[in-house]
Amino acid sequence: MTVKEIFETMDYGPAPESAAEALAWLVDQGDKFGHYIDGAFTKPGKGFESRNPANGEVLAKLTQAKQADVDAAVAAARKAQPKWEKLGGAGRARYLYAIARLLQKHSRLFAVLESLDNGKPIRESRDIDIPLAQRHFYYHAGMAQLMDSELPDAEALGVCGQIIPWNFPLLMLAWKIAPALAMGNTVVLKPAEYTSLTALLFADICTQAGLPKGVVNIVTGDGAVGEMIVNSDVDKIAFTGSTVVGRRIREATAGSGKELTLELGGKSAYIVFDDADIDSAIEGLVDAIWFNQGQVCCAGSRLLVQEGIADRFHDKLCARMDKLRIGDPLDKCIDVGAVVDPVQLQTIKSMVESNTVGHVHQAACDLPANGCYYPPTLISGLETSDPLMQEEIFGPVLVSSTFRTPEEAVELANNTRYGLAATVWTENVNLALDIAPKLVAGVVWVNATNLFDAAAGFGGVRESGFGREGGWEGLAAYTKPKGKAKPLAKVEAIMGEGAPVDLIDRTAKMFVGGKQARPDSGYSKPVWGKSGLLGHVGLANRKDVRNAVEAAAGAKGWSNTTGHLRAQILYYIGENLSARADEFAARIDAMTGKKDGAKEVEASIQRLFTAAAWADKYDGQVHGVPIRGVAIAMKESVGVIGALCADEAPLLGLVSAMAPAIAMGNRVVLTASEPYPLAATDFYQILETSDVPAGVVNILTGSHAELAKPLASHLNVDAVWSFSSTDLSKEIEVVSAGNLKRTWVNNATAFDWGMDHSRRFLQASTEIKNIWVPYGE
Amino acid sequence: METQSSESPVRTAHLPQVTEPRNPGMDLDLDWVRAVQVNTSAIERRAATLPGRRSVKKEYQAAWLLKAITMIDLTTLSGDDTVGRVRRLCAKARQPVALSVLQALDMPPITTGAVCVYHDMIETAVGALHGTGIPVAAVSTGFPAGLSPFHLRVAEIEESVKAGAEEIDIVISRRHVLSGDWQALYEEMKAFRVACGDAHVKAILATGELGSLRNVARASLVCMMAGADFIKTSTGKESVNATLPVSLVMIRAIRDYYDRTGYRVGYKPAGGISKAKDALVYLSLIKDELGDRWLEPDLFRFGASSLLGDIERQLEHYVTGSYSAGYRHSMG
Repeated sequence: MTVKEIFETMDYGPAPESAAEALAWLVDQGDKFGHYIDGAFTKPGKGFESRNPANGEVLAKLTQAKQADVDAAVAAARKAQPKWEKLGGAGRARYLYAIARLLQKHSRLFAVLESLDNGKPIRESRDIDIPLAQRHFYYHAGMAQLMDSELPDAEALGVCGQIIPWNFPLLMLAWKIAPALAMGNTVVLKPAEYTSLTALLFADICTQAGLPKGVVNIVTGDGAVGEMIVNSDVDKIAFTGSTVVGRRIREATAGSGKELTLELGGKSAYIVFDDADIDSAIEGLVDAIWFNQGQVCCAGSRLLVQEGIADRFHDKLCARMDKLRIGDPLDKCIDVGAVVDPVQLQTIKSMVESNTVGHVHQAACDLPANGCYYPPTLISGLETSDPLMQEEIFGPVLVSSTFRTPEEAVELANNTRYGLAATVWTENVNLALDIAPKLVAGVVWVNATNLFDAAAGFGGVRESGFGREGGWEGLAAYTKPKGKAKPLAKVEAIMGEGAPVDLIDRTAKMFVGGKQARPDSGYSKPVWGKSGLLGHVGLANRKDVRNAVEAAAGAKGWSNTTGHLRAQILYYIGENLSARADEFAARIDAMTGKKDGAKEVEASIQRLFTAAAWADKYDGQVHGVPIRGVAIAMKESVGVIGALCADEAPLLGLVSAMAPAIAMGNRVVLTASEPYPLAATDFYQILETSDVPAGVVNILTGSHAELAKPLASHLNVDAVWSFSSTDLSKEIEVVSAGNLKRTWVNNATAFDWGMDHSRRFLQASTEIKNIWVPYGE
Repeated sequence: METQSSESPVRTAHLPQVTEPRNPGMDLDLDWVRAVQVNTSAIERRAATLPGRRSVKKEYQAAWLLKAITMIDLTTLSGDDTVGRVRRLCAKARQPVALSVLQALDMPPITTGAVCVYHDMIETAVGALHGTGIPVAAVSTGFPAGLSPFHLRVAEIEESVKAGAEEIDIVISRRHVLSGDWQALYEEMKAFRVACGDAHVKAILATGELGSLRNVARASLVCMMAGADFIKTSTGKESVNATLPVSLVMIRAIRDYYDRTGYRVGYKPAGGISKAKDALVYLSLIKDELGDRWLEPDLFRFGASSLLGDIERQLEHYVTGSYSAGYRHSMG
């Protein structure tokens, strides 16, 4: 067009970012890549092509890793790890800082390469992905520097296997590698097969930074390589990707003792109240669901609009959609680029085509003739029962529904198996701050969306996975308490025969929903001491588990009580236990045949008092994120926690788990020490006299082996812990994959109950939710 | 309430505004005004990321910059303005770009959107622009503070119209906004509109003095309800003048008003826009938020004095490939 013509039409023209430098870099590397193992690239082998989704052109040939490659990478990481850790936080900080600087120096090369490989608009890779990746290395350089002084009891996990997705290739690499390295771990990372190029450029950066050999290893390939890493000799797996694969990894690592963090899918709610700034909320949707072609795990993909403004909102939204520009990812003037691969494009297409309800609006924008493009799409008028309101599409497709009241908004938002993120738009601060804590999600944005920073943790609840990346909370994913655990042998009950010690039969029942309950099975077992029969306890079965979980789930009011109230009740339990200390000590001694019952009771009282002390002091944080506003890291209760309590310390094991858990607002289903159950059944009498609301604490007796599965597979249990001396870790973790509950199992190692582990229990009893609140009038 | 004006086609022949019905205004709708919400952080984020989302290059940039020139209200509002100074400015308005540059771009002659002066300079400007079709705009109503007696402010408009001004830039009473007296603002604006007669009225909100973006949005709406043809950010004399966030709020108000009434109201950011690059960002903002129809001088103006010089340099750069120098372009 001539200047004169454009003067009349006022069209946007092409504004291409040059691909020349990035393509030249690929040529310099021979257009072929091997793996980066032990500080050097291996010879390129058989593999696959990496293509530009915008035009289908081949960018480079990549190598599919074989078992030997993964083994070599893990071995290199293993060899490098002790020295890397010993280097100390300050030493590691220098390398992380150097990497951050180098990422910054080559920022445009990274950005262009990312857009070529992934199809995301250059604006996003240039202004969001790459700067955030740098930020993670800077931030964690600081964390390395502070580790020795601020985390004196923590040490590295060892070698971390990290598997990342294709939607934010370099950014996810940074989220994984930066904290791992900062805490003294070494890594074997596998980028997604669609998008490995920036990871390989990053490998080059590691060499330039002089990073010691073997600290970072990168192997390329498809899911089969991921599986090899999961099954290799690593100490931890960190995975970001689909819930389906996350569940498989959970099952594969079950009982292996490998630490696991999963950042999985989502169907995040985007709630707009009738007092919101509507135009800004609509612009927010552009950044929620049309950012990165909607291929974002935390995409605000489920719009919920208050009824009174719904029509106007949707009209305005459609008008806004029609203004979106879709096209060449390297064009500096487009909003939506190419979907990552033809396979993904087909998935999106068939999901949308399978839907037969609601009203579909597709943006009236021009699509390029070739390449993987899908138009921004809105499907309105859906109900929660429609599959597209529940299933993650992972494309530029927004679904919407309406609500009447704030309460209904929360119910609709939480009516999902996922729990990654949520967005709330309202100008009413009371409403915003009331709703945000009620949303089941790891991240909540108020009057904004898709805000990220290294200083604020990111991660989900429910089937969106567990673990946090970023912030102080993210360091837990790459550290463990110092020290080595001893093996735990099975604790056997004392067997005996003859008449009871006490002729008046006292029946120990179970404790469910605040009431004493007989076992559903109608079976009991005897409990013997050295001196004879001490009594009988019921043998719980799966129905007792069901009843106990139902009671615990029903007691959700406990989670909304104040820390002060919970402290009062915990003190009261301690007080009442103290009054009967001698009796409890004698009971423990009678069951165990030992003489440290008194010590155990005293320690139990201490645990109760410590938990009471923490109940109103285990504070959240306000993170220093780079916006005018705050990111509030709130510590919330996990929900319903099921625990197989320690066998060897029948009272202390139970109290050590229970006290911090209920102090943080959880409700618990506790399975008593299997060989010595009577301390637990005596203990419910203490609970009954201590104002503990019904359902907050439930106590079952019976076989750990029999109860582990119904408890760990129960879909309304949010976390399961096992300190049983029966090694059930694997079984528990395998079935926990059903709803991806958080697990804490002992893997047949002993816990020193005489030590105060309250902090570890408090951490396991809470989830961190980051609530972003930008402000300003 | 007056209806569509019957302007003489001669006076505005070069502008397409003859095809656009004038905003007749409407009754003050306080429910609407009070329901308006503006989230400052969200507005700022949109404004901050816009320059990264839109880019106009090469021949497109040249065409856009030429378009920008046609939308400039070339302005001088100084105590030391003289007849000579205003004549020079008018000469620049008639021929804002060197002929050689226009020829290289294969463009016919263009002019600026208007010349904007104080009342005393209207006659001079009208004379200097005779036959060009370039309208003269006059700032009025006790500009810039707007605190002279009300009847004098109205009389000033009438005098300016009589003197030949086709556009009147009025200033609103900020105190009505700050005290939430929307009724008073509405009546004031309506009186100014009546006084303007056939002359188009631009309502200067002095956004830098309104306290919040929410107030900017509400004041924008009230002025449109009272019949403003244009809403304008600033006098250029406040400490904060036109900004992208303020512009976003005002043009969204214009969009809502159009959606509700069917009448298009114009927008004029003034003060602080001095770079060609900034002008391009503003045009993108208008294009994306309001639509192409607003990218014409009857619905969009830049209130600027030094912007033209930077655009001229960019255009010469496009033509020659070499960066330009200020002295190569005629003074305005």
